[in-house]
Order: sequence, then C-alpha cells, then structure tokens
Amino acid sequence: MARTYIQTTLNGESVDFLCEPRQSLLEVLREELGLTGTKEGCNNGNCGACNVVLNGRIVNSCCVLAVETEGATLTTIEGVAQGDQLHPLQQTFLEEAALQCGICTPGFIIASRALLEREPDADEGRIRHWLAGNLCRCTGYDKIVRAVLKAEDRMQEVKA
Amino acid sequence: MQAFDYLAPRSLDEAYSHLGNGKSTLFLAGGTDVIVQLREGRKHCDQLIDLKHIPELVAHGFASDGTLEIGAAAPLAEIYENPEVASRLPGLIDAAALIGGIQIQSRASLGGNLCNASPAADSTPALIALGARLLIGSKSGTREIPVEEFFTGPGRSTLAANEILLQVRIPAQPARSGAFYLRFIPRNEMDIAVVSAGARLVLSDGGDTIESARIALGAVGPTVIAATAAADSLAGKPATDTSIQAAGELASQVATPITDMRGSIAQRRKLASVLTVRALHGALTRARENR
Repeated sequence: MARTYIQTTLNGESVDFLCEPRQSLLEVLREELGLTGTKEGCNNGNCGACNVVLNGRIVNSCCVLAVETEGATLTTIEGVAQGDQLHPLQQTFLEEAALQCGICTPGFIIASRALLEREPDADEGRIRHWLAGNLCRCTGYDKIVRAVLKAEDRMQEVKA
Repeated sequence: MQAFDYLAPRSLDEAYSHLGNGKSTLFLAGGTDVIVQLREGRKHCDQLIDLKHIPELVAHGFASDGTLEIGAAAPLAEIYENPEVASRLPGLIDAAALIGGIQIQSRASLGGNLCNASPAADSTPALIALGARLLIGSKSGTREIPVEEFFTGPGRSTLAANEILLQVRIPAQPARSGAFYLRFIPRNEMDIAVVSAGARLVLSDGGDTIESARIALGAVGPTVIAATAAADSLAGKPATDTSIQAAGELASQVATPITDMRGSIAQRRKLASVLTVRALHGALTRARENR
C-alpha cells in the first residue's frame, strides 16, 4: 500500500511522516514517531487515554486517521511541560496522587488542560462533566478532580 | 484495519466524480463511528472519502428565511458553541451536546450520526421534533426529504450509492413554540440511549391551548419513530399535564422495542411514555418562554 507524505506542526515543531490511510493518528504517534506518552486504551473512542489536541480541540487519536492531519497543529502529552518545568496539572496530579497505573493520565492531563484554557473557573461539576470521556479504573476520579481544582487555583494565583 | 484508498476532494463535483466507479465507498466526517467500524471489521470499503475539505459541508449558518443550514460534516462542538444557534434552537443543543464526550463532539457530525442510522442516535428524535429536512445530492441534482423518511432500518437509510448527504436544514421555528430532547441512560454522560424522546409544541395565541405538536422516539424500534398519533392528539387540547400524560400513553403504543443489554421491552415501553411526557413538559416550558 502506498504511503502518504504528511506534514504537521507537532508540539510546536514541524514534523513530517509517511503513513498508510488505515493508520490511526494514535498508531503513527506511538509507532512511527516514538511518542509513546499517548496511550492506547479501548481503541474505539470510549476511554480518552489517547487524547491529543488537534487544531485546538481535544480528540481521541484512535478515531483520527493520520492522513487527516496534513497541515494540522497537534499537541501531545510530550508537549505539555515546558522543558523541565511541569505544567501545573502535571504537578498537582503528582501532589494529589491522582494516578495509580498511569495509563489514563496523559489523556486526563490533555483533556483537563483544554478545559482550564477555556474555562479557568470551571467548578467541580463542570470538571466532572468535561472529563466524562476519560475513564480511570484505579482512582475512582475524586483524586483527579481534586488535582484539577488545585491546578486551577494555582494557575489563577499565577495570573493574579 | 483493512487497507483502503483515502480521498479528500476539495469540491462536491470532485467528490461526485469518485462515485459510481465500481468501488465500494464510505464517507468520512468525524470518523467517530466509521473509523471504529472499519477497524473492527464491521464495515468495509475500497475507498474512504473525507468530506471535511468541501467548504459547504463543514459550514453552518442561518439562511435569509431563518432556516439553519448545517453542513453534514460540521462538528457538533462548532454548532453548540454558536450562541445564535443555542438561543434559537435549544432543542437541537439538547442532543448535539450529549452525543459522546467532549472528545467525540470535537469531530462527530450530525450527518455522520444520521448516516450511521442507529435507532438510538441522539440527534434524530431532536431533528424530527424540529421538523428538520435533509438535503441529499448526486451528480444529477439534489433532493430534500424530512428526516423521518431517511431511515429504512438499523444502520440503513435511503441514501443511494451515488448520493451524498449534504445538509441538515432546520426551518425557522414557529412563534410560541418550544422543543426539547432527552434520553434515559444509566450514567450522566457518554452512553447510548436506552430510550430517548424529542418533542416540539406550538401554543395558540393565548398560550393556554396546544396548536400542534411533534414527537419522536429513539431506541424503541428498528428506526427512530415519529409518534404521529400521539402528537396529533394534542392539537386543540389545553396545555395541561392531563393532555401531556394522555399523549405519553399514546406515544408508548407505537414503541416496538426489543430486550437487550440496555433494557427490557417492558422497561422501554414505560420509558417511552415517561420520556415523552418529560420532553413535552420541557417543550411547553420553552414555548411559554417564547411567547
């Protein structure tokens, strides 16, 4: 099968790759580009473990074909920290122990970050609603929600 | 996943030129159903045609007569984030904002939800209640049909092999009307309807009488069902709970549900009545706000 040449902006850098039409974005990120921070959970759009930002919106990268991303701007979990400086969400997930096995964590960070960028005052109910597309089988969610609320406070202090 | 050709036409003419060449074709909008179906072997195609590079298929806006024209591949999030759509058509937003989670809504489209033709599709009862129509195109022209005439069975529609669903058209809503959609699911988000109901009420001048109604039920038959007799029974009735309860009973009579992992026949029949009543009350509240 012929492979298609795709050019993207990935985590702020120009990144190109070759892919087959049948390859998902998730597959190309992990297996062609070596970006294994994005996780495969259900591979059918239910669990959110593979969340990335595609042209400003969070998507399940298992439900995107890599060939669709020609010219797209993408952010994966690898693009969330600034060098050694963790994103406030990454820091508060550690502080609140908002993870156990860690498979869902990149997806939760990507999705929560998108929410706090849009709605810096999101309350607990809104956070739980927004994260309904991210499944965690370890924590029971409370610790994750606490971590997001704490990051929200911290980001507002920085702004103030 | 099986191999296929990926095509991304830039215009409708270019898209039509890829049809009728003997190759089995599927269309790609948000991909949240079709990519999973291809991966799991539930659907097959020689060529997958991505519709998102055709400008009119991803746009949405109000025509001069007040009709909301939604490109079949426009993502749900773009529709429900439009404040004008949200204020004019809250009965559409009820459905558009609860299909999947946020990640799904970034990509999923009304056109995809319709063409996937699930009897439990959330957009369908809402669109039928709003009197929406579908614009379908082929090389030889276009046709327009009411949403309720699109479906022939689970996963099946009247879309021919040489046709593309172009647009969902929601007419300007009548004065003193309100529409509402809701579903029953065991959790709050991210689930498939056990039963769902969409309704629209138009009130008379004084607001005490129902002039007309539309009701549609999801997940209680092989397709979404327009509960016409129940809706017609409301014409001329006082806008009261008694009238609405009676319509709920009538609506449940057109339900022909099955028992599956989501619910039993008896539960679904009961839910058809309960959700119809709740949808009508929601529609009534909105109609009164619009007086």
